[in-house]
Amino acid sequence: MNDENTAAEILEVDVLVIGGGTAGPMAAVKAKEKNPKLKVALLEKANVKRSGCISMGMDGLNNAVIPGHATPEQYVKEITIANDGIVNQKTIMAYATRSYDMINQLDEWGVKFEKDETGDYNVKKVHHMGTYVLPMPEGHHMKKILYRQLRKKRVQVINRFMATRLFTGKEGRIAGAHLVNPRTAETAVIKAKTIILCTGAAGRLGMPTSGYLFGTYENPTNAGDGYSMAYHAGAELSGLECYQINPLIKDYNGPACAYVTGPMGGYTANAQGDRFIECDYWSGQMMLEFFKELEGGRGPVFLKIDHLADETIEEIEEILHSNERPSRGRFHERRNTNYREKMVEMHISEIGFCSGHSASGIWTDENARTTIPGLYAAGDCGSVPHNYMLGAFVYGAIAGEDAVDYCAQYEHSDINPDDITKEQTRVLAPTKVKDGIPPEQMEYKLRRLVNDYLQPPKVTKKMEIGRERFAEIRKDLEKLQASDPHELMRAMEVHFILDCAEMAAVSSMYRTESRWGLYHYRVDYPQTDDNEWFCHVQTMKGEDGLPTCKKRKIEPYILDLDDTEKNAYNKLRIEKELIEA
Amino acid sequence: MPLAKNLSRVPVTIDADACIADKGCTVCVDVCPLDVLVIADDKSTAYMKYDECWYCLPCETDCPKNAVKVEIPYLLS
Repeated sequence: MNDENTAAEILEVDVLVIGGGTAGPMAAVKAKEKNPKLKVALLEKANVKRSGCISMGMDGLNNAVIPGHATPEQYVKEITIANDGIVNQKTIMAYATRSYDMINQLDEWGVKFEKDETGDYNVKKVHHMGTYVLPMPEGHHMKKILYRQLRKKRVQVINRFMATRLFTGKEGRIAGAHLVNPRTAETAVIKAKTIILCTGAAGRLGMPTSGYLFGTYENPTNAGDGYSMAYHAGAELSGLECYQINPLIKDYNGPACAYVTGPMGGYTANAQGDRFIECDYWSGQMMLEFFKELEGGRGPVFLKIDHLADETIEEIEEILHSNERPSRGRFHERRNTNYREKMVEMHISEIGFCSGHSASGIWTDENARTTIPGLYAAGDCGSVPHNYMLGAFVYGAIAGEDAVDYCAQYEHSDINPDDITKEQTRVLAPTKVKDGIPPEQMEYKLRRLVNDYLQPPKVTKKMEIGRERFAEIRKDLEKLQASDPHELMRAMEVHFILDCAEMAAVSSMYRTESRWGLYHYRVDYPQTDDNEWFCHVQTMKGEDGLPTCKKRKIEPYILDLDDTEKNAYNKLRIEKELIEA
Repeated sequence: MPLAKNLSRVPVTIDADACIADKGCTVCVDVCPLDVLVIADDKSTAYMKYDECWYCLPCETDCPKNAVKVEIPYLLS
């Protein structure tokens, strides 16, 4: 791949998967399985061996739909209710019906799930209604298992290149992507018939309370790349006002893992050691109760496991200190927090976009197709709510297989050379700036403003001020200075984060009601208004180059909800009087 | 130059005596999701060049010589 002084080298593939974390490898493998003759490339900003939010594995499946424990119908209803009705049920059903096959596929590949003495999956209850949690005590091998499949299926892996923009061609179809190497600042172009975005959450949107820019809940390499690229390509994004906010270990900013400890007897408690929520499954409603307790007189909030037997705590430590975020153990050690003696102080995360845990994503249908022909999205950056890791695998597979069919119908679209030159100039601009603003400083200011003005409870005037400040930062972008290729990567990420911040503000201001508990709690519109707002809010690039919104009707439900089920997630709080009675 | 150099204590340290970067090993540099480790110009050792750590541990886990140590970044430890 060439430097800026020559025309960018152009590589041509059939299917380009961007992002090698969870959904990405699965998409690439499944595309190759379906048609081994296609050229399938997997592009990764880091190295696929250890990239994405499961770089150190995962401790369990949060949404396993396994016969005998749960049905797809039950799961679709549960997520419909947990997401306050704003769902395309077909997309959840497409996940739920393939969930079990995917678990078996992973099992066959060597992922070790917890099984009982008869060899059946040992599923645990965490959700409000159904039973869907399947532990993977040895889930730290996940990335190795995926990598083996990539090799076996002969997927072309391109490490250490980041995509900066997507190109569209004839009839608005996807045509390719522009890349830059974060170690050499080389630029390149890949032409592709289809592109599958698997770029993860927008994890560097808000700033953690510690002020450490990279101490985020999500893997901080996920800067919202896919959200920004889909937006500039003209795609619709959906539910961006339904932020991701998660409960976590304070300061450490990683999950406290109620899903691991819950089935073993642990729970979320207030300072008095009392339960205050019925169910630890993450939903906006649960987060609102969490937030109230955190801010209230009985706060802050803790993970309580100090009442458990020593051998149970040992088992919890073994899982939590070897999977997903294994440095939890050394964090507790320095703080002198022994699970046996002390409750673990919890807090809430900075805001982000992520459909894996909430519902904010690039709009996709049940085939993982976005609104741009040939462009797909899967995993945390797609829009299928509460999708978690298993949903990323399933939607990766769906996208990979559908992309193969698309490739059979269409030829490559031509990319306008002017578009390439323009993008190359934009990307390399920070390398030419002298005495400018370092990316770290601009990012710090931007994300501090996101906290100040966008974090719920949401207030209209604050969000308006936020937009003014973001507009000022947009003018500052031309002053971004990169002193080396690594800083150039960070500078491009500032562009992504700014796009996401503006979209978060615009979509939140558009929906003039409150919904999803804390995720979209608007103090000046505190009521849920089903007459006006029982719809999706779609965000896209307007003619003025800034984000604009429109309503999108909810597809008719394939499963109706009973009246008794509808409120299940609205009655999560345990009143102390009731407990004592 | 209107730019300052701010010092920062980094969370990832590498035992230069144990590190085999001189033999061509780049494992820790390869596996870092944030690309914050580099090999020194004289190839003597890997080191953390950018204080942008997710304390995720692949560098420490995958090092064949146990030369990498990850601490929780001071700001949040």
